[in-house]
Amino acid sequence: MSKIGIPRTLAYFLYYPFWKIFFDELGHETVLSSSTCKTILDKGVREAVNDACIPIKIYHGHVADLVGKVDYIFTPRLVSLRKYGDFGTETFCPKFLGLPDMVRWGLDNLPPLIDVRIDLKKGKHEIDFVCQEVGTMLGNSVPDIRKAQKKATTVQKKFEQLLERRVFPEDAMDLVLGNEPQKQRDFPEADLNIAMVGYPYTIYDPYLNVGLLKILREQGVQVWTQDMLSNKVMNKCGKTLPKQTFWYFSNRAINGALYYMKKPMIDGIIHVTAFACGPDSVVDRLIEIETHRRSSLPFLSVTVDEHTAETGVRTRIEAFLDMLRYRREAQ
Amino acid sequence: MKISFPHMGYSHLAFKWMVEHMGHECIAPPEPSKRTLDLGVRYSPEFACIPFKYLMGTYLEVAEQGAELIISSGGMGPCRAGYYWVLHKYILEELGKDVELMAFELPMCNLKDFWQKLHRLRKTGGLSVKEFIEVLKLSWEKVKVIDDMEILSHEIRPLENKRGETTRRIGKALDMIDQAETLADIRDARQEGLKMINGVDIDPTHHPLKVGIVGEIYVVLEPAANHYLQIMLGEMGVQTDRSIYLTSYTRKNTIVNLEGDIFKMAQPYLNEAPIGGHGVNSIGETVLYAKHGFDGVVQLAPFTCIPEIVAKSIMPTVSREMEIPVMTLFIDEQTGKAGVQTRLEAFVDLLEQRRETRNISKDERLVI
Repeated sequence: MSKIGIPRTLAYFLYYPFWKIFFDELGHETVLSSSTCKTILDKGVREAVNDACIPIKIYHGHVADLVGKVDYIFTPRLVSLRKYGDFGTETFCPKFLGLPDMVRWGLDNLPPLIDVRIDLKKGKHEIDFVCQEVGTMLGNSVPDIRKAQKKATTVQKKFEQLLERRVFPEDAMDLVLGNEPQKQRDFPEADLNIAMVGYPYTIYDPYLNVGLLKILREQGVQVWTQDMLSNKVMNKCGKTLPKQTFWYFSNRAINGALYYMKKPMIDGIIHVTAFACGPDSVVDRLIEIETHRRSSLPFLSVTVDEHTAETGVRTRIEAFLDMLRYRREAQ
Repeated sequence: MKISFPHMGYSHLAFKWMVEHMGHECIAPPEPSKRTLDLGVRYSPEFACIPFKYLMGTYLEVAEQGAELIISSGGMGPCRAGYYWVLHKYILEELGKDVELMAFELPMCNLKDFWQKLHRLRKTGGLSVKEFIEVLKLSWEKVKVIDDMEILSHEIRPLENKRGETTRRIGKALDMIDQAETLADIRDARQEGLKMINGVDIDPTHHPLKVGIVGEIYVVLEPAANHYLQIMLGEMGVQTDRSIYLTSYTRKNTIVNLEGDIFKMAQPYLNEAPIGGHGVNSIGETVLYAKHGFDGVVQLAPFTCIPEIVAKSIMPTVSREMEIPVMTLFIDEQTGKAGVQTRLEAFVDLLEQRRETRNISKDERLVI
């Protein structure tokens, strides 16, 4: 029985339930780092290489937050989750590929890292090998691991079904993991529908995007994200591009945007991006151009970094929403 | 058809010859200038890396000159360079430029598409298959000879007595290669050029520092993008070895030639390959340079280059364990020549001091 730390960022937002159940079933304790906050950001900025984008810095901060509290830190090397793209070579951003090494050489006093390589494009049984490797590292037996994996897969599937039913990840996690649900605030009735696309770790982390989701919902906006769509629907939209990008999260954001811009009920599109994000330099311009080629929807790109203030974002969002409402009245 | 292509180091001489002998008109890309970069920066996404911006500027400039087709490269990721052409195409269309972009994807990814594009170039130029292959072969020969000249010039330049002599002579040698029409001509030009560069008046007593240059391919290969860094170092009396040449794969005599080795070298530090671009190579090559007794390494990369950021974050460990000083230079449109020069001078001073103190301690050990 060991304590395993999981950083509460990056892939956490979409894949935490799987690993939580997996480790629980094997009799280990999972420890999440605290929600992103100023201390974590400062730690990350101090430890990470200065040219890295803000999500990577925050990841360093979360790992640093776990140091001293756990026996292992779970920092998998995410290589691919499916065979996709024009040449079937879809992968993650290169920073994800090098992340365990960046963390290992960047931070001091680290406990052992579980840096298993997750490369699932070769076939559907790859995940079995990944689970076996992690379980063996922790000293569990093969049948136990198989059983835990099965349970984890079921829960993860339930979680993904909830996402498709338009539940936000944090709420869906509470539901499938049986936690006390957070008290839902009353938001005014929505009169605008906005598609908000971007990486899960920028759109769902309320500290990083200074509460963008909350701001939108307070203003009477129904928010639609790419995670509410099934891969099948999105992949169909992706085929209309001259070439798919090479990155998993980027493809999802682009394909999601392409899907929503065809939907008559959507009033506008927001792309949330992090300062100096490499793939987003491509994604952002691509969505912008495609939006006004394929539709007449207004497009807003929100860039967040370590200096982003709530007031600034709120002002821009309010201006955008005002514009959408005037526009609708004029029509 | 009026055809153009991106500018990358001196290779444009060979590509110009190739396009012309395929029966097309060549709009030779101008050497990237301040205007190229200004144009590129104006129309590119803010966080696109500097190669994207330079290419954008170059494409707009050649479009002004009437280019109808631009030949470029694709890729299979995860470096964004493989997606450049799509975005370039979109932006050119948005600006209403009437120019087509033809991107060659890797033949191993899409062989049919690769052949179709070659076929189209050949048909529109009106060449037979045999002639076409001959043109390709000769152009490759030219690229190789151009690289030979450059490699030699970086060896000779730090030793020259009269500053600028090597640069003048390599200019002449490149002109000769440009004029060459047949295989025999190219070989003659090679002999003549090497002789000319070797004929520079040198100071044989000078014992130059040796610095390896690693990093992202475009800023390493394009002197206009890295502020003529290799020439600058050469004129400071430092011998440089560059890890990347267009013809690296066919060479046996350079220090860095086989990718497999490079990945193995990098493995203790970065256990994943490839991570796109030249990220892993930068790590592996630094290890190689350290093993070959180089005095230091300069890592060149464009600002926001993802693989090089990964490499940079691991570089301090490599530098410490392999005992080789590394200077990382991230280049963007704000980088000034004077800034690069100052940093290089400081780095070279450091290397010189380090060499002296090391030699002294070695001598002392001998005495004991």
